[in-house]
Amino acid sequence: MNGHQLLILPIVVPLLTLVVCAALWRQKRLQRLASLAGSLALLAAAVALLRAVFDGAVIASDVGAWRAPFGISLVADLFSAAMVVITGIMATAVSVFAFAERDGEPVNPFFHPLYHGLLLGVSGAFLTGDLFNLYVWFEVMLIASFGLLTVGGSRAQLDAGIKYVMLNLVATTLFLVAVGMLYGATGTLNMADLSRSLAQASNPGLVTTLAVLLLIAFGSKAAVFPLFFWLPASYHTASAPVAAIFAALLTKVGVYAIIRVFTLVFPGETGYVGNAIGVIAALTMVTGVLGAAAHYDVRRILSFHIISQIGYMLIGLAVATPLALAGSILYVLHHIVVKANLFLVAGAMRLAGGSFDVRRSGGLHRTAPLLAMLFLVPAMSLAGIPPLSGFWAKYVVVKSSLDAGHVALAAVALAVGLLTLYSMLKIWNEAFWKTPPEGSERSRQQWLASPATRATMLLPIAALAAITLTIGIAAEPFVDFSIRAANQLLEPGAYVEAVLGPDPIRLAPPQRLKEISP
Amino acid sequence: MEPFLAVAFGVLVAVSAYLLLSRNLLRMLLGLLLLGNAANLCIFIAGRLASDQPPIVKKGELAIALSANPLPQALILTAIVISFALVVFAMVLFQLAHRRLGTMDTDAMRVAEPRPAAPSGDAS
Repeated sequence: MNGHQLLILPIVVPLLTLVVCAALWRQKRLQRLASLAGSLALLAAAVALLRAVFDGAVIASDVGAWRAPFGISLVADLFSAAMVVITGIMATAVSVFAFAERDGEPVNPFFHPLYHGLLLGVSGAFLTGDLFNLYVWFEVMLIASFGLLTVGGSRAQLDAGIKYVMLNLVATTLFLVAVGMLYGATGTLNMADLSRSLAQASNPGLVTTLAVLLLIAFGSKAAVFPLFFWLPASYHTASAPVAAIFAALLTKVGVYAIIRVFTLVFPGETGYVGNAIGVIAALTMVTGVLGAAAHYDVRRILSFHIISQIGYMLIGLAVATPLALAGSILYVLHHIVVKANLFLVAGAMRLAGGSFDVRRSGGLHRTAPLLAMLFLVPAMSLAGIPPLSGFWAKYVVVKSSLDAGHVALAAVALAVGLLTLYSMLKIWNEAFWKTPPEGSERSRQQWLASPATRATMLLPIAALAAITLTIGIAAEPFVDFSIRAANQLLEPGAYVEAVLGPDPIRLAPPQRLKEISP
Repeated sequence: MEPFLAVAFGVLVAVSAYLLLSRNLLRMLLGLLLLGNAANLCIFIAGRLASDQPPIVKKGELAIALSANPLPQALILTAIVISFALVVFAMVLFQLAHRRLGTMDTDAMRVAEPRPAAPSGDAS
């Protein structure tokens, strides 16, 4: 396969699956199988793409054969290809898990089409090399997530949906304003071309302003302090597979966009904006983890932990050394697996224990011993206990901040790790260890009486836990990969040349009538 | 013309920010609509007002000397379609929420995040 096909497949596959799933909306069984097949195909396409860029080459393609700064470019380097692969892994795991959601609440026929719409937007956002196109993929992702969040139609979901929809729409509109202004300043929206023309920009104040505007827009997507309020207001109302895929991918697209834009388009902004990102990262970590400490609903605890972990991912940009950026990349990859897995575990805990509220459930280590074991893997990894994946991710992040003299950031990261452990132990003590309270016998019987549901829930959880263990025990290739990806991000020359070719067309900023006519 | 439009953009954003800060769903929806239009106006001004000639190359020619900038128009067209779809979705969602939750006041919507109950004895 050539580069063009490799780049277009991770976008075409979810699109086709979406259409097939929508056409099969009456045949629930077929629809589920089609959805799983689509997820597997996405994973295969992503792995093929990663193989093509694995030696460090950047592949780019002009969609519709319009040459680079004019048409839309699709680009894959190590970082974006790895993100697409992890999207494929998550898509498959959650598709399998969705087979199990049948106790009392049948899967809505719109779930699978919307689910693949979400994957379409996410893969598109990872692969595009054009800022306006990124906006379009954001909106594709958003409208699908609106649907997924509110498709159940319960009162809590409608309430959550309003907050989610409002804050996200305002954020993407800000993104659009920033895109318009960037176009006005440079005459181009191709990120590789922007990278070149902003390097010679005559107005550094305007460039910084635009960088901050984009940071706000992507920061609300990534749920950083103080723009995260949509996340804890909504994630806990979605059904377990929806919450898992949201937790895995949505905020990480924001983090990806921040890392991409600040390494490629605004590499010179690490001074002023870099300090701001450092403060934001620290506050994000602290507020997230304190929010989690105050809650007893598993999903709300986990939602707040998403926020706190986003802070770790931003440390890399604040410290801005190759190792720190590698730490961020490793953190993103590890976190996606771990967090989605915890939300899947929460879904299984609800079934086995009867409630999402850990105070009202208990004794799960007897009811579901395998689930208890499998909970510990992602939970301890999230807290950063060696030898799990979170330990290495945290280690690289903390070590790089200490190397660069950011002692305060490193201290906050370590303290927040400890508080994360507190939250995880709270879930463990309450839901798994404590004697079960009155009235939880019925859900225990149900759990034990449905081996098929149990197997379909535990299979993806076990697979994701195995990935976490693999990253933890054989960390070296993953750390090495992150370092290579980070070096590639920090030297955007290859990216720019892959997109624009050896002999680029130069675009000027749009001009006024007076400037055109002599 | 451009300074005038730039001020108009600022006013639109200010009005929409005011509306978005309201607790009433209907006002928020109007604020969202205005913000979308403000963003479109921003793209339009950013493309500069060069000429009122449509950017259509005449038959037999390969280029035009002077025309309106077509690129912002293409961007705005895309953005209008997207924001229309999203606002319509938001409208349906708000209407449904109004019917099911019985209020338009976002502060009164506490179904997803209920106020913490009074501390009870068994909370450890």
